[in-house]
Amino acid sequence: MHNGWSIFFWVVYPYAMLILFFGGTIIRFNRYGATITAKSSEILEKKQLMIGSILFHVGIILAFFGHILGMLVPKSWTAYFGITDHMYHIFGSLTMGIPAGTLALVGMAILTYRRMTNDRVRATSSINDILVDWLLLIVICLGMACTITGAFIEFDYRSTISPWVRSLFTLHPQWQLMNNVPLIYKIHVFSGFLVFGYFPFTRLVHALTLPWQYTYRRYIIYRRRISVN
Amino acid sequence: MKIKAQIGMVLNLDKCIGCHTCSVTCKNTWTNRPGAEYMWFNNVETKPGVGYPKRWEDEEQYHGGWTLNAKGKLQLKAGSKLNKIALGKIFYNEDMPELDNYYEPWTYDYKTLFGKERKHQPVARPVSQITGKRMELTTGPNWDDDLAGSTEYVQQDPNMQKIESDIKKNFEQAFMVYLPRLCEHCLNAPCVASCPSGAMYKRDEDGIVLVDQERCRGWRFCMTGCPYKKVYFNWKTHKAEKCTFCYPRIEEGMPTVCAETCVGRIRYIGAMLYDADRVEEAASTADETKLYEAQLGLFLDPNDPEVVKQALADGISEEMIEAAQKSPIYRMAVKEKIAFPLHPEYRTMPMVWYIPPLSPVMSYFEGRDSIKNPEMIFPGIDQMRVPVEYLANLLTGGNVPAIKQALYKLAMMRLFMRAQTSGHDFDESKLKKVGLTASRAKSLYRLLAIAKYEDRFVIPQSNKAQLEDAQTEQGSLGYDECEGCALAPQHSSMFKKAEAGESTNQIYAESFYGGIWRD
Repeated sequence: MHNGWSIFFWVVYPYAMLILFFGGTIIRFNRYGATITAKSSEILEKKQLMIGSILFHVGIILAFFGHILGMLVPKSWTAYFGITDHMYHIFGSLTMGIPAGTLALVGMAILTYRRMTNDRVRATSSINDILVDWLLLIVICLGMACTITGAFIEFDYRSTISPWVRSLFTLHPQWQLMNNVPLIYKIHVFSGFLVFGYFPFTRLVHALTLPWQYTYRRYIIYRRRISVN
Repeated sequence: MKIKAQIGMVLNLDKCIGCHTCSVTCKNTWTNRPGAEYMWFNNVETKPGVGYPKRWEDEEQYHGGWTLNAKGKLQLKAGSKLNKIALGKIFYNEDMPELDNYYEPWTYDYKTLFGKERKHQPVARPVSQITGKRMELTTGPNWDDDLAGSTEYVQQDPNMQKIESDIKKNFEQAFMVYLPRLCEHCLNAPCVASCPSGAMYKRDEDGIVLVDQERCRGWRFCMTGCPYKKVYFNWKTHKAEKCTFCYPRIEEGMPTVCAETCVGRIRYIGAMLYDADRVEEAASTADETKLYEAQLGLFLDPNDPEVVKQALADGISEEMIEAAQKSPIYRMAVKEKIAFPLHPEYRTMPMVWYIPPLSPVMSYFEGRDSIKNPEMIFPGIDQMRVPVEYLANLLTGGNVPAIKQALYKLAMMRLFMRAQTSGHDFDESKLKKVGLTASRAKSLYRLLAIAKYEDRFVIPQSNKAQLEDAQTEQGSLGYDECEGCALAPQHSSMFKKAEAGESTNQIYAESFYGGIWRD
């Protein structure tokens, strides 16, 4: 690939998406805080939602932490604890990644089917809801494809993609690391960053509003209006 | 002791004629918007019946309200905080009612009624307000009104199922009651306790329970937490909405819309002082039949100088204390004990109270001895197990003696006033048996039967001038801040046409046809 394109895809584009992600999220929370909801459609349809939503959420949360581990933890750290590449691959990627990915994929497939076919849900969906729905489905499919491909080919993403991701955060992007990455991984990474950039403009922001305070607050809340004087 | 003030309501069921005026005026004021079509902040149900949403009283299905856990500690019936987190209930709320438990809102395809002459008379068919598709009407918010289809519906009434089956049969001759329902603005509000975002709260100054639309994240636990199913989910804004007790009106000293427009003058609004520190203790009373009395124990005598002193120290305004002293609610609920909370066994300490109707019992005697021997009503109350037990299931958590006492009192007051107006003799010592005197009976009669506006509504005006900048707040109340809440500009076809460049005359001609404005 021409260097210019590489720089665009693995330097400019990811930074643009991250800027959108952080900047957009901050603006969304500060200026449009009232629009942040889980956008639940449970009242319109329950049965498919039950299976789809639980599977998807459990799967995607596991997958999220899997990615954190795979991308942000350097090889040297895991090696320090005596975990070899082979062990990491078998236990980490395959035995943890495939079930988590499957849960998320099946869940998302059910949710997408529901969104497209249920009259009430379809009628109350915005274009944004439908786009983000398909985007997630595609990203999860690609992620699964990467995991399965990884079982058959000799490719170590922990010495290519992972250091590249970390280099983004240290502001010394090493785009060359991405040159020899198989195409399917490249597409997954590309579409994954698209999710980040798109995130603040969609319903996904509800993931950042986990109600921690509920775990320790008292049950009944009283509010008094504060005097303006 | 921590004294708080609470605005409450009493509804005199004896005088409710089930006309639904309260529901309609409430709907026109608050829920006449996209996303809110199915919501009835106020609705009137026929009892016995399934209600709205269907079988809302079946807490084994909906898991609303509170319960005592194995250790006897008060806990939300939907599960403890830990249980909700561990089971991932935030991803899927199993107890939540579906739209079909309420009903799918519809309108009619009115336009087919106009246009070219056709061979057959056109029919305006129902169209879903959610999908816009044609639909067959099989249910609605009031499908069993006036016991319609009661052979099917009455057996599904959870209050009926608590009564022995052999006496259920005669219910149709025996009784029918209208039950107007709104948010109870509970002292121990489970919706507030359920809200993960902390968006729901009780107003400190008057106890009105509200949803902060800015902070609501749509987790929906309030809907399931409320055993009365009076918190609704707006499918368009994806947020919770509920009865506001018309707080903008209350702040001005005006009654709620439902109370103001009630043609039967059955509604009373007033203030109560209660001890907020003892609410949890009272709600933890083990015996369900004692919960009604436990709740009564929370209210403080507003004429007691000690209470007044403490109330002032706790920041309650003088206007509120004065209103509490004249409160019709305090008088009927605490002093006369003729008004009862709805389903106290949910441990919510509800603040909309009901005077049980004497009519179902009276009607039993009509055509028998009622004219000649009106005092037959008293053994009648004892014999009429179905309505009395039913009312006890509804209003006192099964405490039958409390309901009977109230019915005796109401009946005795009637007999006394009948004697007064018809010039017959009446042994006033009989009044004593039900805790009345002649002057007290007359005064109660005035409050219940004459029901003057100023007797029904004793509402303190709030000190708003000190709390807000009236100029900047003008027009900012209600749901207009959030997208999709305001009705006209975004959704009305009229506004859309205007944007598309149609003239006012054109819009008028298109929208006003058949003598009715069709927007």
